[in-house]
Amino acid sequence: MQLKTIPERKMNGQLVVAEHEQYVSFMLGGEEYGADITRVQEIKGWDTVTRVPYTPNYILGVVNLRGAIVPVIDLRMRFGLDHVPFEPTTVIVVIRVAAERGERTVGVVVDAVNEVHDIPTANIQPSPDLLGGLIDQVFIKGIATQGGRMVILLDIEKLVNSSIGVA
Amino acid sequence: MSVDLEMEEILKVFFEECAEGLQAMETGLLTLDASADRDTIDAIFRAAHSIKGGAGMFGFMEISQFTHAVETLLDQMRNGSRAVTPDAVQVLFQSIDVMREMTVLAEARQPIVSAHADAVSTLLAQILGREPPGAAAVTTHTAAAAPPPPREPEPAGWRIDFKPHTSLFKTCNDPLRIFRELETLGPLRAVADVAQLPPLAAMDPTLCYLAWNLDLTGSVLQPQVAEIFEWVDADSAIAYRPLVGAGEDEPAPLPPARLAGTPVPVIGVPAPTVPAMVVPVAAAAPSGAAAPAAGRPAADAGSIRVATEKVDALINLVGELVITQSMLGRFSEHYDPENLESLRRGLTHLTRNTRDLQESVLKIRMLPISFSFNRFPRLVHELSRKLGKKVELQLNGENTELDKIVLEKIGDPLVHLVRNSLDHGLETPAARLAAGKSDTGLLELNAFHEGGSVIIEVKDDGAGLNTARILAKARERGLVEPDVTPTNEQIYNLIFAAGFSTAETVSDVSGRGVGMDVVRRNINDLGGHVQVSSTAGRGSTIRIRLPLTLAILEGQMLRVGPETYVISLVSIVETVQPRQAHVQSISGRAEVFKHRDEYLPIIRLHELFGIEPDHREISKGLLVVAESDGKRVAILVDELLAQQQVVIKSLDTNFRHVPGLAGATIHGDGRVALILDVPSLIGKFLEGASPQVDYAA
Repeated sequence: MQLKTIPERKMNGQLVVAEHEQYVSFMLGGEEYGADITRVQEIKGWDTVTRVPYTPNYILGVVNLRGAIVPVIDLRMRFGLDHVPFEPTTVIVVIRVAAERGERTVGVVVDAVNEVHDIPTANIQPSPDLLGGLIDQVFIKGIATQGGRMVILLDIEKLVNSSIGVA
Repeated sequence: MSVDLEMEEILKVFFEECAEGLQAMETGLLTLDASADRDTIDAIFRAAHSIKGGAGMFGFMEISQFTHAVETLLDQMRNGSRAVTPDAVQVLFQSIDVMREMTVLAEARQPIVSAHADAVSTLLAQILGREPPGAAAVTTHTAAAAPPPPREPEPAGWRIDFKPHTSLFKTCNDPLRIFRELETLGPLRAVADVAQLPPLAAMDPTLCYLAWNLDLTGSVLQPQVAEIFEWVDADSAIAYRPLVGAGEDEPAPLPPARLAGTPVPVIGVPAPTVPAMVVPVAAAAPSGAAAPAAGRPAADAGSIRVATEKVDALINLVGELVITQSMLGRFSEHYDPENLESLRRGLTHLTRNTRDLQESVLKIRMLPISFSFNRFPRLVHELSRKLGKKVELQLNGENTELDKIVLEKIGDPLVHLVRNSLDHGLETPAARLAAGKSDTGLLELNAFHEGGSVIIEVKDDGAGLNTARILAKARERGLVEPDVTPTNEQIYNLIFAAGFSTAETVSDVSGRGVGMDVVRRNINDLGGHVQVSSTAGRGSTIRIRLPLTLAILEGQMLRVGPETYVISLVSIVETVQPRQAHVQSISGRAEVFKHRDEYLPIIRLHELFGIEPDHREISKGLLVVAESDGKRVAILVDELLAQQQVVIKSLDTNFRHVPGLAGATIHGDGRVALILDVPSLIGKFLEGASPQVDYAA
């Protein structure tokens, strides 16, 4: 988990260090999810994907990302949501995660990207057990409330690596 | 960069240089057999000398000590005090093996304990001790190997005439440090010779104009002294003369400069004209024998030493690219249909630049095949002696360039093929004479370009493959059914079957039947092919076809439904438009295609990959006959597209290995096309796996 340290400020002669975490939030079937911003490399428009045989259906295929061959995961299918036609807001969030050998870059298709949330670490609650079902509990880092809405914070690294499988 | 990392880098260069040096020594020694000429011995000596120096500097004392004895022997040969005998050359060969083993151990950070070091050291000591070198006693010594025979009285000290090259300071050497080091051996008197000192106005402060006469008293061995000058002896004139008795040979007409501070040049000291043995060690002069850039075989931490001209060519091309870019850039600024001609010209330039650039970049990875070939003279030399055969080895096309990786991986298969030729192919001198041939067998290693591939041939004029015996053996092993009469070509292919050997006795050279299957597998892994041809009594030729590089594939694009795939051109035998009459189904499901008296299994790519094709009827599609590992299959596709070179991109980097695919490439329009891996496709097809594999957690 990446801790973000907001610049130290002097307040009444005291050092105050506020710990924040930053998340890129995106929409998926009407719910808002957050991915650790340090894992997000870029947001890319929808592109034609080349299908790859012998892969699960939620792996849409591979795309060319400036010369690198990058697999694309459909998060809706990964979570067992209904398939919806891709719209202009449909984007590929390009994620960089640690892999067995170095790092790997993976595209994740989401309905739309919202904003970047700056969430104080203290405001992140563990996810309640009743949430199970749709998303495996192990992929959820916690839940935070931002502007009255609930944001589900994903362990994007675990999610991506488990979706790709072991090479 | 941390100091550790820097050190790693430097060490890596050292090990690379060691490998080069050892190779240079070996090459030199092989020619030493025939005629011992001074230049060759010099080259061998220099290589040994720099390995010793480097090893000493990096603290690999085992290597430097061992090499020291080797160097001593070479030095004696060099100055003519010892004859070049076959025995000595043989020991030197063995020494190279030990040194190679030691450097490998050192590189792996393992204790440098070579199993043969002691034995070879003893041999070296024996040679060195056998007939003590006469006149050369001053310049050479045998301390590491055997105590030197005390022919002369123990020197009371040394008079060293040290005349450094003017560029001494530029090589980061400081005479003062050398003198301080000398002082640790005994009392030292240094007298500067300023005869060469120019007038102040003409003096270049970065050059060293001074020479020194040094008197070192104390019972010190000459090599101890020489060691201190190790780093400057390459381009300096250094003469050592023993001081016989204290006080006898004391010129020093002026108070010598003590070494507390800077050596004060003392004016008016005449350069002593006492005859002395000068040891010019011209390590810096590359007389053609300097080892060319080399990649260590089996080096996995890939680094490549690239010839400067290749890099310069690249820089030139990038320069041209920049010019083209500005040409095109101007067009976008002043858009005008009248300028279309210049746009077209610019694009033509760009096309050419890109192609040239691609070629040059690939050339960086290319090394001449001599790096693989140059181990063979030695191998053949030793093996033919062991087998009692007379063999002449001919290497042709040593400058043919190959991708570094291909080059590294082809080494072992080639060794195997050469051993086979020597052991099974070429006959003994008696048998050759009886067959009306000259008693010396000819073994050729040829390399040349053909189309987009490199061909390597291992060719001998021996007995040829004994088809009858191979067939009998194969029948015995059940590889060929008793009622089948295979063609000669099919029989030749049998030698690649696992565990196949016709050798009556298993020797340590070959005959165990492991190998040829491995040879073929290795070559196939590289995207290459092996072919055998043979004429009884006239010899056999093994022909290896290899791709120029692993990064680029000569590809055939093909289409199945909406998907485009690339298949390596080398694996395609031919493509046919099938007639339904030639397609038969076996037990209702499996389909075979009758092609030139051969039944080939049909792989429906669309079924294997789960794609919706244009047509399901075989007669409406095309069958691509592909071959791998001697197996042929017919792959059903919808359409053949263009043939083109494609750059292979790995799927593993960001994704994972996918069965049936060798990687991916990027189309002109930016889309990704997958590259089919024929061997794994065949495997996948035979195991009849379902296209959907679920590995989600």
